[in-house]
Amino acid sequence: MSDAVIRRMKDLPSTHLLGSGTPMCAGCGGLGALHEIYDILGAKTVFVNAAGCMTLLSVYPFTPFRGSWLYTAMASAPAGAQGVRDALDILLEKGRIPPGEDLAAVVLTGDGAAYGMGLSATSGAIERNLDFVYVCYDNEGYGNTGQQFSGATPHGAQTSMSTGRRGYFGDKKDLFGIWTAHRPAYVATVIGAEPLDLARKIEKAKSLKGPRLILALAPCPTGWDFDPQHAVEVGRLAVRTGVWPLKEYVDGQIVHTRTPHPRLPAEEYLKTQGRFRHLFEPQRNDELIGAIQARVDAYWAANG
Amino acid sequence: MSRVLLTGNGAAAWGARLAAVDYVPAFPITPQTEIIETLAQWFDLGAMQGKLTLLESEHSMITAAGAAAATGVRVFTATSSQGLLYGMEMVYAVPGWRVPFVLVNVSRGLASPITLESDHNDVLAARDSGFLVIVCATCQEVLDSVLMAYRLAEDARVRLPVIVNLDGFCLSFTREPVEIPGEAQARRFLPAFDPGKISFRASKPISQAVAVLGGTPYSYFRYETHLASLNALQVYGEVADAFAKEFARSHPAVEAYRADDAEIVFFMMGAFATKAKAAVDRLREAGERVGLLRPRLLRPLPAQRLRALLAGRRGVAVIDQNLSTGKGGVLFMELASALYGMRDAPLLASFIGGLGGRDICAEEFYEMAAVVRSALRTGEAPKPRLLYTRTELREVRKLQAIAAAERSETGGRR
Repeated sequence: MSDAVIRRMKDLPSTHLLGSGTPMCAGCGGLGALHEIYDILGAKTVFVNAAGCMTLLSVYPFTPFRGSWLYTAMASAPAGAQGVRDALDILLEKGRIPPGEDLAAVVLTGDGAAYGMGLSATSGAIERNLDFVYVCYDNEGYGNTGQQFSGATPHGAQTSMSTGRRGYFGDKKDLFGIWTAHRPAYVATVIGAEPLDLARKIEKAKSLKGPRLILALAPCPTGWDFDPQHAVEVGRLAVRTGVWPLKEYVDGQIVHTRTPHPRLPAEEYLKTQGRFRHLFEPQRNDELIGAIQARVDAYWAANG
Repeated sequence: MSRVLLTGNGAAAWGARLAAVDYVPAFPITPQTEIIETLAQWFDLGAMQGKLTLLESEHSMITAAGAAAATGVRVFTATSSQGLLYGMEMVYAVPGWRVPFVLVNVSRGLASPITLESDHNDVLAARDSGFLVIVCATCQEVLDSVLMAYRLAEDARVRLPVIVNLDGFCLSFTREPVEIPGEAQARRFLPAFDPGKISFRASKPISQAVAVLGGTPYSYFRYETHLASLNALQVYGEVADAFAKEFARSHPAVEAYRADDAEIVFFMMGAFATKAKAAVDRLREAGERVGLLRPRLLRPLPAQRLRALLAGRRGVAVIDQNLSTGKGGVLFMELASALYGMRDAPLLASFIGGLGGRDICAEEFYEMAAVVRSALRTGEAPKPRLLYTRTELREVRKLQAIAAAERSETGGRR
């Protein structure tokens, strides 16, 4: 269904469904993506939230959601979605609610839960073929607690717990690969700065059943140290430098929905953010910049 | 109505079946597993309608239980020991969601050392969670308590989840004659679940379990949960009366056995209270005025009832099958606080025993009664005692000797 409905930017909704006035930081790339995602998923949803920045979206007595919400815990949002989905299925099957009262279960987590603490519950939900959408806003660190590094932090980035010259010692975990290894219904990477690509993927996800991951890179002015007004530009550069490949997995096939051409050097992206400033100041660290570029090059050599 | 031999686990499963539960999120753990295996079979055979979902952990299991109850179905789940602790974050979270469901806990000692047999430290870890807690002593009581627990949990004045506790092994794996009520009778006592305003529906968007900022709203909701738990004291009485009327079996919040004219009372909960009853009978035969009080309802704690039942008693041997390390028995502290300030309150003596399935034998009950009796003569409460016999110490010494011999035989360092 998807291709027929959203083809151009003009086809995107002009007003957002998610209310304004949330306590997210100015320029939050996660919130930008969520706006676009919610416009398409719609209000017939229960957002099952894991501990993270977006827990603060619904603080008593306010919520920006027109649909429903359930806060669970950091590790078990997919299990919360399981309980909601199972209960609705039972109610429908027993005829205790009409089909019109059904809702879609949507997990909403940050990368801290998605890449780490919540992996066991996520893996379990996928293996049970749970019919749900899993939205991860990936700001590459434990953002809500002040940007400590997480399993999603990229190599070399400074965080509040990797403040040295080499930044974060590890590598960003391949959550897309972890999901596809489970052979779920759908996996896609998105970014708010590419709304058309995002919308088409959400629309496709919405048309499918089973476990579906929407992995949104979430440029984070607070955690990545850039001016909020540049959030969209940072996001675009993540795509155009090839740092954040836009792709989807469906029917066992991985397709890149955007191949950056020409692919800009990674440092065009890196130098927009304070978390990478140590690569350029006081002296340029060619070795580490080269190591980061090599990772991007290797990815596209294998997937281009 | 039929009377059959059932294990405690079987009785728990029958309770869930007769409650016509819609949903069972599950995860296996010894000694609970028979419960979920039985229910899985019944769902498969069509004897129960709904769904059993095997989760990947107790943390997820309790999350799913709360989430499904919040969506408006009747939920049953079960765990034990390490599993309850693994899910403990959610054990504390879901009562605040105000979702009524029943969790059967099959008590088992906690690590370390890791073990399988029963004591009550696991369920006591949930004491302050907001769950109501009912502790059973027989297999019949397990079945009956599950039915009662739903009516209690779902009452509009309460709306809190309930833990029904049974001891691992000595109840979970022990067959006792159990009367299984008919479905129609069970339905009369426990009508279909009415989720009220708490449910997820497309036409009625709702935010549940949302965050609060600051101590003022936080305290409000915490107090509200506490007051709902206290409401359960009265509601429990009503539920127990209704149960007695329907099934002619009585399960008061506190069971009193030959306690009316007793001088000395044993105070303990769970299956080992059956041993205490036998000891009471023997001591009565020997001319001693001894009785038993067994709290079934641990949360909310029926403090007024305990005071009333202990008025006029002279001494209490509180037997704790748990150990708050660095302090002592939890029931002892519960009872001491319940009786604080009471005029002519009985003398309390604290005993720890029956940890990890360790027996409490008849002679030990006689000894505990004797300790209380002699304390009554001096008027001074005795020091807390950790029950352990010379024979047991010798057994451990033997194990240590074997370990030492093996180590030296295999060339290990001493």
